[in-house]
Amino acid sequence: MPSFQEIIFKLKEYWAERGCVIQEPYDVEVGAGTMCPETFLRVLGPSPYSVAYVQPSRRPADGRYGDNPNRLFKHSQLQVILKPAPEDVIEQYLGSLEAIGIDLRHHDIKFEEDNWEAPTLGAWGIGWQVMLDGLEVTQFTYFQQCGGIDLDLVPAEITYGLERLTAFLQVKDSVYDIDWTKDFTYGYVRYRDELQYSVYNFEMADIPTLWKLFELHEGEAARLLSLYDPKSAHKKRFPLLPAYDHVLKCSNLFNTLDSRGAISVTERVGMIQRVRKIAVGVAQAWADQQSDAVSEVAQ
Amino acid sequence: MSLPFLLEIGTEEIPDWMIPGALENLRLLFEKLAIPHESITMDATPRRLVLRADGLPARQADSEERVMGPAKSAPAQAVAGFARKQGVAPEALTIETTSKGEYYSFTRKVAGRQIKDILAEALPGLILQIYFPKTMYWTVKGGPRFIRPIRWIVALLGEEIVPFEIAGVQSGALTSGHRRLGAREIAITPAGYEQRLRDHYVILSAEQRREKIRREMAGVAVKADPALLETLVYITEYPTAITGSFDPQFLALPEEVLVTVMRHHQKYFSVEDGHGGLAARFVAVMNIPSDPEGFVQRGNERVLRARFNDARFFWETDQKKSLAGRIPDLAHVTFQAKLGSYLEKTERMKALGKELGGDDHAIRAAGLAKCDLTTELVKEFTELQGVVGGLYARVQGEPEAVWQAIYDQYKPESMEDRIPRNRTGQIVSLADKLDTLRGCFRVGMIPSGSRDPFALRRASQGVVKILVEGKIELPLLDFLEGDQALIDFFADRVKFYFKDHRGFAYDEVNACMAAGWSNLVDLEARLVRVQNLRKTPDFEPLAASFKRIRNILEQAKFTGVADVDESLLEAGPEKALYEEYQRIGDQPLEDVISKLRPKIDLFFDKVLVNAPDAAVRKNRLDLLQSLSRKFSMIADFSEIVTHS
Repeated sequence: MPSFQEIIFKLKEYWAERGCVIQEPYDVEVGAGTMCPETFLRVLGPSPYSVAYVQPSRRPADGRYGDNPNRLFKHSQLQVILKPAPEDVIEQYLGSLEAIGIDLRHHDIKFEEDNWEAPTLGAWGIGWQVMLDGLEVTQFTYFQQCGGIDLDLVPAEITYGLERLTAFLQVKDSVYDIDWTKDFTYGYVRYRDELQYSVYNFEMADIPTLWKLFELHEGEAARLLSLYDPKSAHKKRFPLLPAYDHVLKCSNLFNTLDSRGAISVTERVGMIQRVRKIAVGVAQAWADQQSDAVSEVAQ
Repeated sequence: MSLPFLLEIGTEEIPDWMIPGALENLRLLFEKLAIPHESITMDATPRRLVLRADGLPARQADSEERVMGPAKSAPAQAVAGFARKQGVAPEALTIETTSKGEYYSFTRKVAGRQIKDILAEALPGLILQIYFPKTMYWTVKGGPRFIRPIRWIVALLGEEIVPFEIAGVQSGALTSGHRRLGAREIAITPAGYEQRLRDHYVILSAEQRREKIRREMAGVAVKADPALLETLVYITEYPTAITGSFDPQFLALPEEVLVTVMRHHQKYFSVEDGHGGLAARFVAVMNIPSDPEGFVQRGNERVLRARFNDARFFWETDQKKSLAGRIPDLAHVTFQAKLGSYLEKTERMKALGKELGGDDHAIRAAGLAKCDLTTELVKEFTELQGVVGGLYARVQGEPEAVWQAIYDQYKPESMEDRIPRNRTGQIVSLADKLDTLRGCFRVGMIPSGSRDPFALRRASQGVVKILVEGKIELPLLDFLEGDQALIDFFADRVKFYFKDHRGFAYDEVNACMAAGWSNLVDLEARLVRVQNLRKTPDFEPLAASFKRIRNILEQAKFTGVADVDESLLEAGPEKALYEEYQRIGDQPLEDVISKLRPKIDLFFDKVLVNAPDAAVRKNRLDLLQSLSRKFSMIADFSEIVTHS
């Protein structure tokens, strides 16, 4: 029976063998692997890219103080981006399940329609949730738009829910019981995070402080964006990646404020638009910055 | 020569609910090519759309095309020029006599094209034309769009490949089997196609897949669920039903919750226990032929256990706070950005419920109706909104009228759905829907074409259905705030309901609505009367006469309201009609129609309405006006389409 980390090792190895860059998790808090620059920005533009990484993903509202056996404040996604999507991408994906020891001749696999959409990122795609013996183990998406921009090459995004997949393989009813290694369980490693962040997110986060932080990060992202000049000969050195970090900060603060019950009806829609504005702003500037045709015109 | 044609569009998994429509669309597009054929068979699995036709010719029949040339009188040069253009000597031309004189002409033989060539030319465009509600591109920006990526194409006319290419995929004679149990490339011919697929674990026929599932469930008392069965038929290539079970302790949860988890989230059939309740079992349909090790069964059982555990956790957590205690929380739930929170909506629903004649129970139910939106259970199972509120209200000791009203508040959800079971629920549902409609129209969110994000058509259809079928005699128009767009919107819904759902003729609906439609119960009663009257032989002629009356009054621009002056009546048909009119009194039309009709006919036959004497003319118009008003409360009979 593979441990949690062995499953991760095997999946990384599998995708490395298929030409993926193996990245480490992004070092700014995100709600999903999609939001990392390795996905959100790299899918833009005409350059191919293949990458795989584990991304701890924070969903403040999903925290359950470590009480619920299936629900986590922070779960781990294995995110794979294949740009452009190879023709046999589904075969490759199924092969990855076999690589971690699932014999698909004896298991039931189904692809159920599930189109993905992230309004705050101006992003959407077409795809499925992949069901393995009735359990959703993967989200599979062909990206169509990101930051409101039609993508030049269509990437396939494969997002594995690692805890679920491991619980499935190890036949465990609670994620806290899965073996991270042969000596340590998932609960042993992670229970404290779940408890403490639930307490913070639901009870103790200081609302005025979070608001202030939100505005500071938003302001910094907006300030940078206002300075980006598409006609500048030096635009390739412009710090859009740092600007995007501030967008991610805003997104996480928004989620925390929301779980804290601090966002009123009227504010909510406006907040989503505020995050969307800077996220889309970065995406569009990035697409411009990466496009050589445009910079040639500028020279 | 007669050839079979096989087209298989191999794709990645198509959403099940789109497949039947796409197949029908593909058939129509193919038939539009007008290639002679005997029969067409359409089949599909999630990964392939298949069209098979029999009896295609190898070649189109030859045809002749006649080309007209210059007149016989034209100079020889012109004639020679025409012949050259046709590629023949001038002697090969014939002379043809037309209505304009004699002309040279040439009959050209057009050889029929190879059907293979016609298909090769037409199929790429045809395939990409198949309609899907949402499409994608998968190669590059601006590339072809389809429901999911096309990965292979089989196109065979007889044994020959019909060659073409879509999105880099070349048509061929290779199909693909089940994703894990079949070969990835399988050479086929039209004759052996279906069996070859079967050998590779693909049951091509939806009917056979359906029958297989049915057969395998035959021994189990599953709750009939045709929609779920169709989903499973189109989500599998080799379906096999298996039975699983769960801990009977979960049966303590409401059946609604259990069934929703099984049906909507897991696509399982639930099983009845034979005493009107649920058994602790389920049927899942997998996409492989067997489960010898029990992996699939145990896997599904575990998923269901986790789901049920979640539901139980939510059910118990939610109980810690009563529905009434959740009212203030509604301030944090958005109804619609421009229309405020659900707390505001709740206040409006209570006020509207009162105006609609709701009693204390109705006001109480309206006040609690939306509280379940703050519960964990509804956040998890949104399709159970309303139902969950009703269940909590029952547990929390709310009176039956109240909990049932909360439970039923979203009913009817379709034209076939029942309306709320009690009057309290009907009032709450009306208040909810009317409030949504009024608010959305007020801020300009009016449905147009297929865009109806707030499902306002369904809401208004629900209002109509509840008023009519609940026999609620309320003046609907009084509740539409004089908003003309909303009134027109409702008029369409009322027409749709009586015409398409209840089967009244459109002219009957128009006629009765022209006499007013604010009270829908009254409208229904009048429609029934007109429908019955229509069966009597006197009705259509009478309706024709009413149309004539309306035309006369309109032409005369007559708007008088005076009583008829008896002294001006002419003896004979005019007097007779007036006397008949007076005898009507309060009798219903049904009782007088047979006597009235001949008098009207005779009147129009013998009497000149447009009399030279102005006073007589006016009096005759008064008589016609009185007659027309007599029954105008039932319907505007001039709207009835007559065949005489």
